[in-house]
Amino acid sequence: MIVGNRKEFKEIVGMLGSNRRVLLLGCNECVTVCGVGGEKEVGVLASELRIHWKTAGETFEVREHTLERQCDYEYIDQVRSFVGDYDVVLSMACGAGVQYVAEAYKTKLVMPAVNTTFLGVTLEQGVWSERCQGCGACILDMTGGVCPIARCAKSLMNGPCGGSSAGKCEVDREVDCGWQLIIDRLTELGQLDRYEDILPVKDWRSSREAGPRKRIREDLRL
Amino acid sequence: MRLSYPSNVKIVKVPCTGRVDILLILHAFEKGVDGVYLAGCMEGECHFLRGNLRAKQRVQYVKGLLEEVGLGGDRVEMFNMSASQGQRFAQVAQEMTERVRLLGPSPVRGGLKDDSRQSQGI
Amino acid sequence: MKTNSKIEKIWDSGGFIVTSECGPPRGADSDIVRKKGEFLRGVVDGVNVTDNQTSVVRMSSLAACVILKDMGLEPILQMVCRDRNRIALQSDILGAAALGINNMLCLSGDHQKFGDHPQGKNVYDIDSMQLIQTVCRMREEGKFLGGDEIKGKPVIFIGAAENPFADPFEIRAARLGKKVKAGCQFIQTQCIYNMEKFSRWMQMVCDRGLHEKCAILAGVTPMKSVGMARYMKNNVPGMDVPDEMIERMKGTPKEKQAEEGIKICVETIEKLKEIPGVRGIHIMAIEWEEKVAEIVKAAGLLPRPEL
Repeated sequence: MIVGNRKEFKEIVGMLGSNRRVLLLGCNECVTVCGVGGEKEVGVLASELRIHWKTAGETFEVREHTLERQCDYEYIDQVRSFVGDYDVVLSMACGAGVQYVAEAYKTKLVMPAVNTTFLGVTLEQGVWSERCQGCGACILDMTGGVCPIARCAKSLMNGPCGGSSAGKCEVDREVDCGWQLIIDRLTELGQLDRYEDILPVKDWRSSREAGPRKRIREDLRL
Repeated sequence: MRLSYPSNVKIVKVPCTGRVDILLILHAFEKGVDGVYLAGCMEGECHFLRGNLRAKQRVQYVKGLLEEVGLGGDRVEMFNMSASQGQRFAQVAQEMTERVRLLGPSPVRGGLKDDSRQSQGI
Repeated sequence: MKTNSKIEKIWDSGGFIVTSECGPPRGADSDIVRKKGEFLRGVVDGVNVTDNQTSVVRMSSLAACVILKDMGLEPILQMVCRDRNRIALQSDILGAAALGINNMLCLSGDHQKFGDHPQGKNVYDIDSMQLIQTVCRMREEGKFLGGDEIKGKPVIFIGAAENPFADPFEIRAARLGKKVKAGCQFIQTQCIYNMEKFSRWMQMVCDRGLHEKCAILAGVTPMKSVGMARYMKNNVPGMDVPDEMIERMKGTPKEKQAEEGIKICVETIEKLKEIPGVRGIHIMAIEWEEKVAEIVKAAGLLPRPEL
């Protein structure tokens, strides 16, 4: 899922400025799973804003509303009838959702309450870890199911580097060395001979490096 | 046991402190409450196994949120006691009351001085 | 294809190679480079010039190499993959060759988090293995990575680094094998304090016959103090400093520790000379370049061949 971190409360208050009528939009998908922008988190942020503004003696209105997701127009459209009653839409979705809401309501201020970070998995409830960089040219079949682009701090195609120590990355002793993981997996799969092959230079054109990307399936178009 | 505890302590009974949600605590502060504390069973003795441990983690989280909004994390606290510890119950009530008294009334109430400026919230 | 590299010539003649390092200054003062270079004149066969080592901004390796070359020394250009994409790397390789630099070390590069600009992006467009392949192809086939023809091939002796003390140990010889397959002709190892582990690694390397295809230069670094020994043990990734080493430095009175450090270094070199497959040493006397002459002399490695 897409993972993110809630922006600091001070930052959010700063962004809102003098706007006091806020529509707080949550999302029921990725940000719910990683506990940053679902119905619950919308409730918490709404409560924080109310406490903050009540303390200041301000008049305000905070409406909580959680959409199924914010990356499909049909769901974003569901708030069309009342979005006009608010000065700002504060979206707790990932960056994609925030932008799509902004595209749907061009004359409304739309702001992000979440810093979108990575594509990851749930290690355990409360812990999420990065797995994919969206490079567009997946080689997981060659590396025992472990991605060198996302899980190696240097995205080495032929690692590990000389800084790998006790299975951990030189960047952070809590971070696994991606190449240690790959070698362990290849060993478990009986494929360690693959390590002898030099992986060729990556063609980064399939990644974000070549510019913003699009995917089209003509057969699905109405 | 007929021990007395401060009259400003309002008790909300729950089957287990694990029932207490973050939002429950936050909404109380929204309404202007000066302090909230949870009195849960001794660790390891929770009838529902880990409810009081979950409560402890949630209280920690709410402390952070209260710091963020300027109320201060000391206004919320987790305490553990067994059902038979009447004295401990009274003592904790006293302790928390004293702590909150020193912190002063919640700034939220300070903002609600004037009824005509009563804010509209959901 | 043979290069004009002094190191290659010694390798071909079966001699023992001695290289050292020169860290460029954190400023534009070329005299600092010259001063360091002077310490190494006649004492080593080649001088590495580090490339923004530990991700700390320094005068560029290429610039410092040219300064050393003008002094009559043999520079080894270090190039990391952290800061340049394939376009810049190939461009700098052509530039280096044009300026008469004969040697190059292909490295991944320490992550930027260690340096003075941890906020920056890193590049890692290609990795050190692929960089070796790239230089080799440029020299042998006269082609860029993209396939176009090069007018004026860069003739450079290709080197890399390998760390016998990094994990996982089991693949470290295999990794060297890959580098040799990619075209690597000499390597310098991380500095050695754990002789036992290094010997085991050398055994694995020799079992693969790599010592015959690639000049293996064993790295050494003299310790200045017990504080330095401890720092290296605990804070430098991929460094293996046995406790006996720390104990030995600790047991020496403070004013004699530097001298003891040099003594340990010379002893290490003597042992390394005896290990089959080791074809030279690489002395990394960081900010202590003035001691290299003393170390090389005490290890019986003077005079250096005049080529």
